[in-house]
Amino acid sequence: MATVAAVIASTHHPFYLRASTATGQDRPPFADEWVAKVEAFRQTLTRARPDVLVMVGSDHFHQLWLDNMPQFLIGKAPFYDANFYNEEREFGLPRMLLTGHEELSGYLLRRGLDAGFDLAFSNELRIDHSITCPIITLRPEADLPIVPVYTNIFAPPLPQPGRFVQLGQAIRRLIEEWPSDQRVAIIGTGHLSLELGGPRQFGPHGPDPEFDRKAVDWIASANLKSALAEVSLDSLWRPGNATHGFMDFLLMMGVAGENVPADYADSLDLFHTMEAYFTWYPNGVDAR
Amino acid sequence: MTKYLVDKFLYTVDRSPELVERYREDPAGTVAWWEAEQANLILNCHRGECSTWLAFTEPERRALAGHDYVALFELGAHPFLTLTLFIALFERDYAEPLAFQREYAARLSHWSLPYPDIAT
Repeated sequence: MATVAAVIASTHHPFYLRASTATGQDRPPFADEWVAKVEAFRQTLTRARPDVLVMVGSDHFHQLWLDNMPQFLIGKAPFYDANFYNEEREFGLPRMLLTGHEELSGYLLRRGLDAGFDLAFSNELRIDHSITCPIITLRPEADLPIVPVYTNIFAPPLPQPGRFVQLGQAIRRLIEEWPSDQRVAIIGTGHLSLELGGPRQFGPHGPDPEFDRKAVDWIASANLKSALAEVSLDSLWRPGNATHGFMDFLLMMGVAGENVPADYADSLDLFHTMEAYFTWYPNGVDAR
Repeated sequence: MTKYLVDKFLYTVDRSPELVERYREDPAGTVAWWEAEQANLILNCHRGECSTWLAFTEPERRALAGHDYVALFELGAHPFLTLTLFIALFERDYAEPLAFQREYAARLSHWSLPYPDIAT
């Protein structure tokens, strides 16, 4: 059976590439600390020696649109072009081409459907920064095949928070049952408190540092009981109007397993939103 | 309320470099052209197959033609779409990084929760 080599959850900050490569007067004062934290985080994936990456993210109105909006979608294609004109324009993100892992995509679709998740699929998917940001931070060589999993955290009506957890638990179980000798890393990105296009955007910190503190504690301890007791589709508007992206963290807590503490946890308070990085090794990892 | 159509305008303009510039230079003309020629195109469908019923309300038309992102917020346009497009339109006019985004927040500062419903 396949090995879940690492479970990784993180924020995805589209400004990282630009900040980390800026020089001279253009380099923001927080860039060096940010790069150091990301490079340490990257090591947690490198040490896991993955063969394939299951990447959980959310399309930001790029390919998926309101005339035909899936709640959960898995890509099944040999290749994925990546990043869009408006991400190039606003964030300086490059166009990328990633390889797909069609066999694992097909397996997850079939077994996911049979497990009661009515998953949508796409055979021609251009992925956006919710998946390319963690490629850039965690595997900048972009040399491993991926399986993209998209969730709707963006266009109401959304699935309930508990459904994200259930899908995460199912993905973990299905990958452990996959008849393969591959080492799979499951990587998902979401948000802590975040406001986009509202009065609390682009402040000196995330819009709700108290929520961020609690959320980081929930994630680091995979404390699903506390998180689900406090978080609902209605409550997530309060920390910031884009905070429903926290549900991708809930999904990843489901992947990690309830109450399993992260083997690695770090965060960085930035303008606009807090960064947070978590890694679990369900099967241990080689000592270095 | 036809929030869906407002979102569709923001989405389709935002993903076209040519339309971003056209909307910046001639907002009223671009909105009128778009409503007449583009509003009923079904984006994820064969070209040539169109809807027949989509039109803006007058407040929506006025908000778009006036580059009025405060009004768009209040009409329930998706805030991510509005923000992304308006950064493309106007960030270039500000010398300091993030100055436009902060002004945008300040102009919405009279709002507290609950914000206008964005469900379509």
